[in-house]
Amino acid sequence: MMTIFDFEKPINELESAIAELRQLAAEKGLDRSREIAELEAQRERLLRQIFAHLRPWDKVLLARHPKRPYALDYIRLMCESFLELHGDRLGFDDPAIVAGLAKLGNYKLVVVGQQKGRDLKERQKRNFAMAKPEGYRKAMRLFRLAEKFRLPVLTLVDTPAADPGVESESRGISEAIAQSMLTMFDLTVPTIAVIIGEGGSGGAIALAAANRVLMLEHAIYSVIPPEGCAAILYRDPNKAPQAADALKLTAEDALERGLIDLVIPEPLGAAHRDPQTTALSVRSAVLQQLDELSAIEPGALREQRYQRFRTMGVFETAR
Amino acid sequence: MQRRAVVQANSDQWVQCAKCKKILFRPDFERSLQVCVHCGHHHRLRARERILLTVDPNSFHETDSELRPADPLGFPDYADKLRKGAAASGESEAIITGIALLGGYEVVIGAMDFGFMGGSMGAVVGEKVTRCFERGAERRLPVILFCASGGARMQEGLISLMQMAKTTAAVGRLQRAGMPYIAVFTDPTMAGVLASFASLADIILAEPGALVGFAGQRVAAQASVGKPPANFQTAEFQHEHGMIDLIVPRKQIRPTLCSLLEMLVPTSEEAHAR
Repeated sequence: MMTIFDFEKPINELESAIAELRQLAAEKGLDRSREIAELEAQRERLLRQIFAHLRPWDKVLLARHPKRPYALDYIRLMCESFLELHGDRLGFDDPAIVAGLAKLGNYKLVVVGQQKGRDLKERQKRNFAMAKPEGYRKAMRLFRLAEKFRLPVLTLVDTPAADPGVESESRGISEAIAQSMLTMFDLTVPTIAVIIGEGGSGGAIALAAANRVLMLEHAIYSVIPPEGCAAILYRDPNKAPQAADALKLTAEDALERGLIDLVIPEPLGAAHRDPQTTALSVRSAVLQQLDELSAIEPGALREQRYQRFRTMGVFETAR
Repeated sequence: MQRRAVVQANSDQWVQCAKCKKILFRPDFERSLQVCVHCGHHHRLRARERILLTVDPNSFHETDSELRPADPLGFPDYADKLRKGAAASGESEAIITGIALLGGYEVVIGAMDFGFMGGSMGAVVGEKVTRCFERGAERRLPVILFCASGGARMQEGLISLMQMAKTTAAVGRLQRAGMPYIAVFTDPTMAGVLASFASLADIILAEPGALVGFAGQRVAAQASVGKPPANFQTAEFQHEHGMIDLIVPRKQIRPTLCSLLEMLVPTSEEAHAR
């Protein structure tokens, strides 16, 4: 079943009315274009109205929207070519992380992303984009490949969290996350991370220790899921919307605090209403960052990345 | 859970083991470094106690003690939690850092305090840990960190998550300087701390029975097929799975650290030869 969120309901109703009218017009050969245009204008007004007042919790729902474009959608829509590579060379290949070689404009890149599934079967196969240690180890393998062949790295971050299960614990999920960050910090090629959906705590930062960190307008980036925060803060996971307010997890919040570098605007009504346009926006933002970063010396790239994170943190100094 | 640090004082002379509940004579208990003589349970130590019973007498010089937490998000109840944390631990943040001698070796040393907001890592903990590694790299000193933390500090939001990256990058600095970094996992070492600087040490020691893991036990069980093993997320479990070099009883930690320093710290001739 399709999930329709409360704030999307009136839009969806209008959209089905428009579709019905179109079908009717086509079947009966009648000219209903004026009515259709009117409904479309109404839809546009409504979208503007709704999207002008999104609360953080609405953004959480949008970031998790089942129709939101996923990593492979972006790769397909924005890259000229993509060759997926597999395996951590330690015994596993994690479908929650996709990685490979891509062409983007004049650039050859290594691309690594967390991949959600569209239907139940794929969701299970991708483990809801919750990567296991082998996923991060595959990513590290590709990072090292990028370093060796002097290819810039693009990561597409979209995960609720790293996999918390017994299996992942047994294989060192914490160590894998830490090593993934460390490997990214060691690189002397340009690295760009784009938070495309859910930037879920350690699972996300493991792929986001980059020279530039960009976020889509309706993506979220948080140290803890709002449900988990609500359970601790209010002893009630149903108070997740309040927790989402407190956590300051929107792209705007992150930009304001200097924790990300750029917010990539989404089309009216969010990425899932127009994946093509969204992907093109991501493409041009990434290309611009690549142009800028390519002008920097390899050693300076590593230092820039160090300083980028070094300055993060707000504290006071007692006398 | 039996891991509660609180040793119930029945009087000045007697304390109760938090695990086996046996009554212990306080001078004995202190002599055994707060390890129960009956069941071997390692009670949680204050960060300052930990440092003082590890380093050479009178050699500890605290650094960066002037750093204080802010409340950058205006997070609900955070200011109150900070006050309570300070009152409970007697410290201004969840970690103490400094320079000390250990078996005659000059080291950068830090110890986290679970009593201060569960040893959680916000901007101050991240900054102090980062400065430890930078100081180690700059002054060519080994770094020793005693970890005790529930993870990243929720109340500072994304800033806390960024401390994972910041501290990790700083480990890289120390690595390039060729100086050893030894971590000691004490009860508990979890989540954002385990998934950043803690797991990146050259050598990892742990105290017996310490809770060491990524996610909370309930979350882990929910995400798994079948029941987690009985020792799931203990130091022993992580040791079995290759994530910890040695499980070391508290009394043996200082001598173990001294032998490791002897093996790993380059002598001046060795440093020269590089």
